[in-house]
Formats: sequence, structure tokens, C-alpha cells
Amino acid sequence: MALTRATRPAARVPQALRRKRRRETARTLAFLSPWLIGFGFFFAYPLISTVYFSFMKYDGFAPPVFTGLKNWDYVFNHYPFFWQGLRNTLWLVVVMVTLRVLFGLGIGMLITKVKSGAGLFRTAFYLPYLAPPVAATIAFAFLLNPGTGPVNHLLGKLHLPQPGWFNDPTWSKPALTMLALWGIGDLMVIFMAALLDVPTEQYEAAELDGAGPWQRFRYVTYPNISPIVMFAVVTGVIQTMQYYTQAIVAGQVASGIIGGSGEQFEPGFPQGSTWTLPQMVYNLGFQRFDTGSACVVALVLFALSMAFTSLLLRRRAGFVTSED
Amino acid sequence: MTLTSTPTLAKPVGAGRHGDAVRAARRRAALHWVAVHSTAVAAALFFLMPFVFVFLTSVMTDRQALTTDFWPQNWQWGNYVKVWQTPGFLTWWRNTLVYAGAGTALTIVSSLPVAYALARFRFRGRNLALMAVISMMMLPPQVTVIPMYLFWAKQLHLTGTLWPLIIPMAFGDAFSIFLLRQFLLTIPKEYTEAARVDGCGELRTLLRVILPMARPAVSAVALFQFFYCWNDYFGPQIYSSENQGAWTLSYGLQSFKSAHHTNWNLTMAATLLVMAPVIVLFFFAQKAFIEGVTLTGVKG
Repeated sequence: MALTRATRPAARVPQALRRKRRRETARTLAFLSPWLIGFGFFFAYPLISTVYFSFMKYDGFAPPVFTGLKNWDYVFNHYPFFWQGLRNTLWLVVVMVTLRVLFGLGIGMLITKVKSGAGLFRTAFYLPYLAPPVAATIAFAFLLNPGTGPVNHLLGKLHLPQPGWFNDPTWSKPALTMLALWGIGDLMVIFMAALLDVPTEQYEAAELDGAGPWQRFRYVTYPNISPIVMFAVVTGVIQTMQYYTQAIVAGQVASGIIGGSGEQFEPGFPQGSTWTLPQMVYNLGFQRFDTGSACVVALVLFALSMAFTSLLLRRRAGFVTSED
Repeated sequence: MTLTSTPTLAKPVGAGRHGDAVRAARRRAALHWVAVHSTAVAAALFFLMPFVFVFLTSVMTDRQALTTDFWPQNWQWGNYVKVWQTPGFLTWWRNTLVYAGAGTALTIVSSLPVAYALARFRFRGRNLALMAVISMMMLPPQVTVIPMYLFWAKQLHLTGTLWPLIIPMAFGDAFSIFLLRQFLLTIPKEYTEAARVDGCGELRTLLRVILPMARPAVSAVALFQFFYCWNDYFGPQIYSSENQGAWTLSYGLQSFKSAHHTNWNLTMAATLLVMAPVIVLFFFAQKAFIEGVTLTGVKG
């Protein structure tokens, strides 16, 4: 081969080019290698394995046995918490995400209007976002505890009803929503940056045309920040489907079940009102040793997450900066 | 500030209608200032009061913590000593620091080259790779936990240690890769091209030319990752909870609450001790942090 190449001078260039390409490919692969391994090992392999186990009966000890669609049937038709958990998630998506976006936008607008002590206010508003979720949830479980909690004490003094919060199935999700609103710092910063990017000339022009505050918001602010609102909504929905730590910790603290006393805590307290899909994976896989059914729930969770992620990717223009 | 608007505007001569208009505008501005700032104070109370309540309860006596009192009768600073001396508390601290420290370092080292390749190299499948990164970023850890747990438990017998939490960080973190890539795109290509003309290899270019310029993004990513590890509850609950010696603060705090379920004062002291480091860290790195949040993908 080398001989034929040497006789044809024109072929020499492609060969050099090819060698350069090969070197570039090797270089690209080298730079990507940590992630390629990670992708294969912590994403592709476990995902395939999850699909495999969803058709198997496996308790973690005896070898897995093929059971067809039994696990799927169990999760959809017999596992008592599945639909309740989906309804809870829907509730959280509708109420918690909406309120978080509105509240985040409101706080973001407020902070851009504050003239004195803006830095101090910004820090105060941002701080709760930093509180570790377990710590924040335990703090709220204390603040909202029905017996001696300061919030109910205050409500009592004002002669207002004192809900049971984390101990009452109708109030547990509103309590979690309050906790989520307390940690609004991330959205506040994102909206603040977006609001500051709105060109001031547009406001001046609107004012000259005699636009009131609502019209200025409707026709100037909103069109400018709508991609960020969309971003906040979609990422909010994705985060809500993954809602885990706060729900499980709040349920556990409020239930008062002490670890190690023989009584095992099942998530969802009170009365299943805080069940979410990720907790079901934990419950089925690590408390009930029903690996197959846990994998079914995991796949449902995966499908839902990917559906909303593709929504985010379709709106890529406002989310991922393109290269050029 | 608007309250002390310039007095030169109000001319003594011909103050008639013009002066009225100015006064009305000034009054409106003052009202606006008051409205904005009182709303801000109310919001600040909502955000800060929980911290205040938690702190005040943390220094109450056991008995007073069970009442609806707001102010401590006598300040029990000893509660903090008691929490600190709880068996295991120091171990949880050490484990959390190891997890967060090693996890952050490994994440940066493994994610930066990937981000650089995605931002700078032209290769087939680059868009696909980027989409895969974003998908992984949005993937709940519960989706893959069953096979991963079986792997760490049955193949490597490493559950009950910190390894299953730390080792994956050496293989790139999707969120960090994405964030770093977003930032690297903003660095003009001329820098890398100049380095290439000077005969600089890609790795040298990355370390000597790009890294110094990307320092804000790298520190933001490092902070995020540190916070992620510090706050992580699911990982430690699954992989290390079977061995008390491998508990982290988040997991330990939860069990602390269970063990001291009537002692709100001690639980609140422990809660504050878990919150304190991240808050202190935030005050030192506020700017990098806020910049990082803004970077999370909203610059269209």
C-alpha cells in the first residue's frame, strides 16, 4: 500500500490529513474519557440493568427469576401508594412550582426596586436557599409542630385556625410548599439577573406612551424575561418529580417513629399525603426488598423526567448557549 | 435616596403649577420608596425569622423547649457542647468534609477537560454528547440506584463506606460539565488559537491559558459541588447508612432527631451546627456563588 501511495503524490495529502484527523479523534476521546466511562458505567449500564430487573423477581438474595409483567402489574394495580404518589406529585407540580415561580419573580422584582440596603436584603432573601435540606426540614418541622411550634402559637394569638401541618394530610403538602418558598434564593437570583437585563429604553418608551405599571410589566418586562420564566417552570417541574429529601424527612420527623425501635418508618406520613415516586423506589427496593417493582417505579420516574427534559431541550435557544 | 431629591428643582419664582407637580411627583416617589422598603422588610422577616426561632430554641433548657416560650429564660450554651459531644457527631463532620472535599476536587479534575472538549473541539456527535450531558443532569439518582447499589454491595462490598459516594465523582458530573462548558464558550477563540500557534498542546492550553480565565466558573462549580455533597441525603442514606462510622451530617442529623425526639433544644442546636458551615462559606464566596447561579443557563 505504501508503495502505491508513494507513486501517486496526490494521495500524500489525504494521508497526512487522515493522520491529523486520527490524532484529533484520539485527543477528543482522551478529553472526554472521564465522562464517557461515567456515562457508560453510571448511566447506560444501570439503566439497562433497571429494565432487566423490572421483569425479574429478585429479593437481593435468591437468584433473580423471570416473572414477565408481574412487577408492572403489581406497581400499577396493587401497590397501594403508586397512584396516590402520582397525585401528590401533580399537586406539587401545580401548586408548588407555580407559587415558587410567582414568588421568585416577585422577590426578584422587589430586590431590583430596593434602593437602600439592597445587598443586605439580597443576602437575607438568599440565605435560606443555602440551608441543607435535612436541616431546613427539621427546622420547619419544629416551627410548624402543632403542639408548641411558634407558628401555631402566633396563629392562636391571632384567633386563627391552627392546622396540624406535617401531621395533617390536608396540610402536609402546603407545609412542604412553605418550606420550598422559604428556599426561593436560586430563582430570585436568576430572575434578578434577567430583570436587570431588560433594556431601560423600553421602559422609558413605554412610560412616554403613558403605560401604567401593569402594562409596563405585560408589554415590556414579561416579553423580555419569558424564556427565563419558561426555564424556571420546566426545571421546577423536573425538580418536583425528584422531590425526595424534604418529604421523607418531614414525614419521619412528624411521625415521631424512632429509628431502631423495631418499628419501621414507611414514607408518605401522614396517611400517604407526602408520597412521591423517588420515595417509592426507596420503599420498594430497600425496605420491602422487592427489587423488580422498585425498578418499575424507577423507569416511570425516568420516562417522566426525560419527557420534561426534552421539553427543555426543544427550547434550547434560551437555555443552552450555542457555540457561535 | 429618592426621599432627599434635589431641592434645586423647586424654584421660588413661578412656583405655582410647576412646583405642585414637582411636589406631587416627590410625594409619589416617597410613597413608592416606603412601599418597596416595607415590603422588603416584611419579606426579610419571613426569610430570617426561622433562623431566629431555631437559634433561640437551641439555647433553652430541655423543659422550656417544650413550652411555647419565645425567649430563653437562662441561656443554655451548654446545649452546643452536649451536641458536639454526642457520640459520632465529630465522625459525621469528618465524613462530610471528606465526602465534600474529595468529591469536589475529583469533580473539577474530571469535568473540566470534558467541558473544554464540548466547548472547543469539533467532532461528530458533539451535539448528541451535549444532549446526553443535559439528560444526565436531569436524571433523578433514584432511577439508577438499584443496579448501582447491587454493584457496590455485591461486587465490591463497599457499602457502609464513603467510597460509593466519592468514586463516581471521578467520572465527571453532568451539571458541572454543563456549567463549565457554558462559561468556556464565552472565552474568545483567539486565545486558544494564539496558544496553538505558539505550539501549545491542548492540555497545556487548557491548564495555562483557559483555566486562569475560567477561575470564576471553576470556583462557582466547586462551591456548587461542595454544597451538593454537604447537603446530600439520599446517597449517604443508601450507600453508607449501614455503618454508623460512615454517616454524614445530613444522615446523622436525621437520626439525631429520632434519638432526641423530645429535645427540640438539642435538635435545633444540631441543626444550626449543620447549617453554619455552608452559611459561613457563602459569606466568604458570595460573589462567585451568585455569579454561578446566574450562569446556570439563562444567558440566551
